[in-house]
Parts: sequence; C-alpha cells; structure tokens
Amino acid sequence: MTFRVDVIVKEAPQFAAGLGNTIWLCGVSMALSLMLGALFLVPLTSQKPNVRRVAQAAVDAGRCIPFLLLTYLVYFGLPSAGVVLDKWTAALATLVLYNTAYMAEILRAGWASLPAGQTQAARAFGYSGFLLLRRIILPQLVIALGPVIGNQLIQLIKDSAFLSVITLPELTFAANEVQSYYFVPFESFLVATLLYWALCAGIEWLVRRTERWASRMRRGHA
Amino acid sequence: MLNVAALLDLVHGAGITVTVSVLAIASGIPLGLLLAAGRTGRIRAVRGFCAAYSSFVRAVPVVTFVMLIYFGLPALGIAFDPFPAAVVALALNTAAFNGEIWRAAIVGLQHGQLEAARAFGMTPNVAFWRIVFPQIWRSSLPSLVNEMTLLIKVSPAIAVIGVVDLTRKARQISAVTYEPLPAFISAALIYGLMLVLLVAGARWLEKRLTRRFGFT
Repeated sequence: MTFRVDVIVKEAPQFAAGLGNTIWLCGVSMALSLMLGALFLVPLTSQKPNVRRVAQAAVDAGRCIPFLLLTYLVYFGLPSAGVVLDKWTAALATLVLYNTAYMAEILRAGWASLPAGQTQAARAFGYSGFLLLRRIILPQLVIALGPVIGNQLIQLIKDSAFLSVITLPELTFAANEVQSYYFVPFESFLVATLLYWALCAGIEWLVRRTERWASRMRRGHA
Repeated sequence: MLNVAALLDLVHGAGITVTVSVLAIASGIPLGLLLAAGRTGRIRAVRGFCAAYSSFVRAVPVVTFVMLIYFGLPALGIAFDPFPAAVVALALNTAAFNGEIWRAAIVGLQHGQLEAARAFGMTPNVAFWRIVFPQIWRSSLPSLVNEMTLLIKVSPAIAVIGVVDLTRKARQISAVTYEPLPAFISAALIYGLMLVLLVAGARWLEKRLTRRFGFT
C-alpha cells in the first residue's frame, strides 16, 4: 500500500476548513453554555428545595441523552413540533443544549466546594441572586474550574464529530468527503484523528498556562 | 404514539446497544489494566507506546475512530464486518480511559507495600495479584462504572458503519412513520433507564463490598 500524501496535500484546504468549523462551533457553544450554565446556577443553588430538585432533575436528564440522539431530536424531531432549523443552527443549538447540562453540573459542583461561610458573609452584606453570583461566586469558579472546563471543551470537540451525520462540514465530515472522493480512507481518517489529537493537546497546553497564570495572580506577582 | 411493533423494534435496538457495550467493556477493562501495567512497568519502549496510545485514543472522537477502524484499516489488510468493527473500536477506546483509571489507582498505592512484598520474596507477578490487584479493583470501581456510562452514551457512534443500535433504530422508525418525536423520546427514555439501572447496580455492589471488607 502506498500512502497518498499527494491527496492529503491537495485537499489540505478542505481539512483546514473542517478543522476551522469544528473549532469555532465548539468555541462559541462553550462560551454560550458557560453563560447559560451560570444562569442555571440560580435555580440549582436556590434556597427553596423544590426549585433545586426540579433544576437538578433537568440537568441529570440532560446528561443521560447521547449526543447523536439529541442531534436527531433537534434536527429531525423539532420540525414536527413546528421548529425548523437549518443544519448550522441545529448544530449550534444541539451543542449548546447538550453542553449546558454539563456546564451547569460542573459549576454547581464547584460552587458546592466553596466555603459556605463565604456565601453567608456575602448574603449578610446584602448580596443576593444574580449579583451574588456575578461578583462573588463566578470569578472564583472560573479560575478554580479552568482544568475541568478545558476537559469539557475536549469532550465537546469529540462529540461535535457526530454532527457529520447531519452533513455539517466539520472535520470528520471533511475527512469522509475526501476519502469517498479519492478512496483513501486510511490516510484521510488518520489525518483527521491526528488533527483532533493536536487540537486537544493544544487545549491542554492552554489550560496549563492559564493555571500557572492564575496561581501567579493569587500570589500577587503579575 | 408508537405502536407495539415499533416499540419492540426499539427494544431490539437497545439489545444491540447493550450487547456491543457489554462486549466492549468486558474486553476494555482487562486491556486497560494491561495498558496501565505497561505504563508503570520497567521497559521504556513499552511505557512510551502505552502513553502515546492512551493520549491519542482519548483525544480522538469515537465516530472518527470507528470510521478509521472500519473504513481505514482494510487498506492495511485488516478488514472487519460492521459488528466486530464496532466492538473492537469501542473496546480500544474504553481501554484507553480504563487504563488511566487503573494507572491512577496503582500510582496511589503506598510505595512501602510493594517494597514489603519484595522483602517477603514475592515476585512482581505474585505481588501484583496478591497485593496490588485486590486493592485497586475496589478503589477503581466507581470510576470504571462512570466510564461505562460514558461508553454507553458514545455507543451511537457505531451507527455510522451501519450497526443498527438503539439510536439508529429510532432514526429508522422516525423515517418510516414520519413522526420523529415519539421514537426519539422513547429512545432517550430507554437510554436513561439503562444508565439509571447501571448506576443503581454499581451503588448496590459498592455498598455490599464496603460491608464485606469494612472499607473501600
């Protein structure tokens, strides 16, 4: 067997475009679901047990659905309920919907690990609801949860490969296009998997740098 | 609403999902132990290979990995039918994650224990099966079960090579009946039920183990 480097070089733009789509879709979804997850913290940490229970049940249910099934539900299922989305909107909506459940749970677990006295002190100073979240809780969580959020971003990137099933031109779809046109399945999927590997390694590197930066900030050097 | 025939069809798809997952888990857990042994062992080349394998496989989406195995490997002369390809791909994937779990448990053992075992004249092999393994399988159980739930959730990836699992069955039913919502929602409920049963079973097992051994 000869390794068809020429095909890979020739189709490099298609791989690059796929990789680009994977990156921006996951990046934008992560930012959106970080915000939505933070909003979800309000019911999740509510002082009313019933509100808390319903919110937690919703988050747990969201974490039970496989990504591909959720994609089908949004893309093929919603039109019968009167909501028709094009594949880009459907892809973004699925990524955000899916990831928000995980982000909400990550933020809640992080919130639970904060010292309780701190929240009580903030409440005593008149902070409550959204202000308490924005000024006291979230800034600490985002720094403390950096590595966990990085891991979740990697998870999201891996799940986004399922979007190739609804013909969204992300990296796996691009690889599939190239392999079926030139019949180079091994080369094509190997390149795609290596690109995913590099992307995830890059994210891990960024997380480590952020951690080092955060620990310098805490010691007051930077 | 779904009729009885469609519901039975979904249950059949769920059976495929369970079968593939069980086969992948049953081979992935010992494979992961092998990877962890390789990574904590003395041979440098084996250590490097196991580390590279683990890093690569954990970074690659399962869908892409399944395609690489099913469409790509025949070019190297290794061809599978869809079903065995699905099992192999999921097993190789979950083995990498299980390997990390096993490794963390091995690294977490007190070093003195192994030295004591050596001082008593145990060969590394005996020390592993008598001292290390009885401890790490219990401490790793919760993480291993967590990885099992993740595996079940990525198992729809095998639909891209034509294995008709629960998700693909739901898609087929929705395409035939023109009523996608009942099929997809039923499938989601079945996945939820599988995961709840798995987690409840694991909790029950953990409780029994704690009672029997007095600690985890």
